[in-house]
Amino acid sequence: MAALGPLSRITRLGCNFCRNHRLVFNRNSQKRGIASCIDPSYGLTDEQKEFQKVAFDFAANEMAPHMAEWDQKEVFPVETMRKAAQLGFGGIYTRPEVGGSGLSRLDTSIIFEALSTGCVSTTAYISIHNMCAWMIDTFGNDEQRERFCPDLCSMEKFASYCLTEPGSGSDAASLLTSAQRKGDHYVLNGSKAFISGGGDTDVYVVMCRTGGKGPKGISCLVVEKGTPGLSFGKKEKKVGWNSQPTRAVIFEDCSVPATNRLGEEGQGFNIAMKGLNGGRINIASCSLGAAHASVLLARDHLLVRKQFGETLANNQFLQFKLAEMATKLVASRLLVREAATALQENRADAVSLCSMAKLFVTDECFNVCNQALQMHGGYGYLKDYAVQQFVRDIRVHQILEGTNEVMRMIISRNLLTES
Amino acid sequence: MSGRVLVGVKRVIDYAVKIRVKPDNTGVVTDGVKHSMNPFCEIAVEEAVKLKEKKLVKEVVAVSCGPQQSQETIRTALAMGADRGIHVEVSGKDYETLGPLQVSKIMAALAKKEDAQIIILGKQAIDDDCNQTGQMTAALLDWPQGTFASEVTLDGDKIKVVREIDGGLETIKINTPAVLTADLRLNTPRYATLPNIMKAKKKKIANVKPADLGVNLTSKLEVLRVEDPPQRQAGMKVETVEDLVGKLKESGKV
Repeated sequence: MAALGPLSRITRLGCNFCRNHRLVFNRNSQKRGIASCIDPSYGLTDEQKEFQKVAFDFAANEMAPHMAEWDQKEVFPVETMRKAAQLGFGGIYTRPEVGGSGLSRLDTSIIFEALSTGCVSTTAYISIHNMCAWMIDTFGNDEQRERFCPDLCSMEKFASYCLTEPGSGSDAASLLTSAQRKGDHYVLNGSKAFISGGGDTDVYVVMCRTGGKGPKGISCLVVEKGTPGLSFGKKEKKVGWNSQPTRAVIFEDCSVPATNRLGEEGQGFNIAMKGLNGGRINIASCSLGAAHASVLLARDHLLVRKQFGETLANNQFLQFKLAEMATKLVASRLLVREAATALQENRADAVSLCSMAKLFVTDECFNVCNQALQMHGGYGYLKDYAVQQFVRDIRVHQILEGTNEVMRMIISRNLLTES
Repeated sequence: MSGRVLVGVKRVIDYAVKIRVKPDNTGVVTDGVKHSMNPFCEIAVEEAVKLKEKKLVKEVVAVSCGPQQSQETIRTALAMGADRGIHVEVSGKDYETLGPLQVSKIMAALAKKEDAQIIILGKQAIDDDCNQTGQMTAALLDWPQGTFASEVTLDGDKIKVVREIDGGLETIKINTPAVLTADLRLNTPRYATLPNIMKAKKKKIANVKPADLGVNLTSKLEVLRVEDPPQRQAGMKVETVEDLVGKLKESGKV
C-alpha cells in the first residue's frame, strides 16, 4: 500500500509533490511482471525464466533509475552496458568459443523484452551491438571471429551497423558507398546516415559497393575507429533513443585491409539482410518491453487516480481500453516468440514471420504505450513520468531496421510471388 | 574440517508484489502470485559463494524446504555459484504449518548428515519476519551463532563477525562449526550470469524427506486470523504545545 500513498496525495494536491516518491513508485511498478494475464513468463522453460529474471532484475536496478537522466542528458551508458556484458548480454546469440552466450533467438527475445522495461534506448543499442557481433561470428572466418568477437562480447569494444545512406534508406540495395580494391586494401568513399552509436563505437560493420549495381555488387567490410579517412558527422538531436548517439559515418579515401571483408565480394547484402532478420525480432522485443511497462504504469494509475468521485479503474471505457491494450500486448508477444523460434529453426516462413512480427508488434506496442500515456491525462505529458519516454523511444521502431512499409513489401512479395 | 557450507534459501512472495489477504482471513493469497528467493537468503548465498571464491571453504550446498516449486529457488542459488542443492520436500498441510522450529530441526539434521562447518541463513524471511531459524538451529546443534552479520571474516578455525545491533556494531569471535545469519549490509548479491544459469542446469539437487532425517514436523502454533493493517488515520493540527500535550494525555499515549 505504501507505493500508492504518495501518488494519491499528489492527485489530491494536484501539484508536483514528493518527486522522489513518485519516481520510486514508477520504478517499483516497472520492476516485476506481476502475476496476471500479461505476465511474460508464461510458457517459458525454467531456464528461460532464470534468464528473464536476471534481465528484469538488471533492468530494474541498473537501468530504470537512470532512464530519464540518460534521455535528458544524452548519456551513452558505457559502464552500465559493460556490466550487462559481464552477465553475458554482449553477445547473447554469438557462439561461446568467441565469448558469446550461445543462446537461442527466443532466449534473446525474452532477454531484450525484459531489459527494455528498464530503458528502451539502451536495450535497443545493445541489440544492434549483438547483431553486429553475430554477423562477424557467422560470416567471418576464424581469424576475423577471434580478432573482433571476444572484445565485442565483453563490450570492451562497441559496434555499429552501417547500411543506410542519405540517398538510400528503404532502397538499401541502391547504396553508393564505394570500396575500390587496391592491392590488399579496399579504399572506401561515401557516407552512411543515422548510424546508431556512430562516433562513439569502435567497430563499424559497413555495407559498401565493390561490384556493379544492385544487391549483388555489395560487400561487407569491418572498419575500425581510428582508421585514417574515417570521420563522423554531428550528433543528431532526436525525439527519443537519446542514450545512444546517432551520427553520419563518413569515408574519405578510407583504406581498409581486405582481410576485414566478411565473406565473399557480393555477399554483403545477403549478410546485411540476414542480420536484420534477427534485428527485427530484437527491435520488436524492445517494443514489447516498453508496452509491458506502460500497461503496468497505466494500470497502477487507474487504481489510484480519482475523478467524479471514484477511481478511474471503475470507468468501463478505461477498463475495456486496458483490456484491449493487454490483449494486443499478449498477441504481439506470441508473434515475436513464434518468429524467434522460426528463425532459430531456419524454417521456410522465418523471413516473412520476422517481417510480420516487426510490422505488427512495433505498430501495436506504440499504440499501447500511447494509450497508456493518454490514460495518465496531463501527468502523462510530463517528463517526470516514465510513460512519455516509452512512447518517444519506441516511435522509431516503426521506422528503422526496415520501415513498416518495407515489411509490407516483403510480406506481399511472399504472397504474390507464389502462384 | 569438511570446508562445507550449508545455505538455507526460502521461497517467498516477491518483495515487489502487493500482498492481498484471503477473503476468509486465513492467510495471504499465494496462488498465481510471483515468488522469488528471500532477499536475505540471496545475501547469504552471496557470502557463501564469496568464501568459496576466496578458497576459504570447499563446497556450498543450497537447502530449501517446501513444495516442488522450491527447486526453482535452489536453481537460483546454483546459478549464483552454489555447488549442489538439497530439496527437503514439504507440501500440503505440513507446508502450511512449516515454521522456524521445524526448519531449524531440518537444518540441524542436515548439518550433521553433511558434516557442515558453517551454516549461513538470511536473518529473517520477508513473509513471516520471524528472525528465529538461525538462532534455533544454533541452539539445537549447540553451535555458536553470529546473527545480523554485516561482516564475516574467517580466521583459522574461528570466525570474526561484526553484528548490527540496536546500539551500533558489535564484533565477536566464535568457534566453528557455527551458524551465521546475514543482514542487509553484509554484501550485494551478484546477478547470475547467463553462462552460470546454463551451468546450473547440470548441478545436482538431491530430494530428501523430513522423515528420512528423523524430523517431526508437527507445529504447536495455530494461525487464528490474518488481517490487513488498519487504514492510516488522518492526523490533526494543534495550535500550541499545551494543546498537543493535552491531546496526547487524552488518547492515553502519555
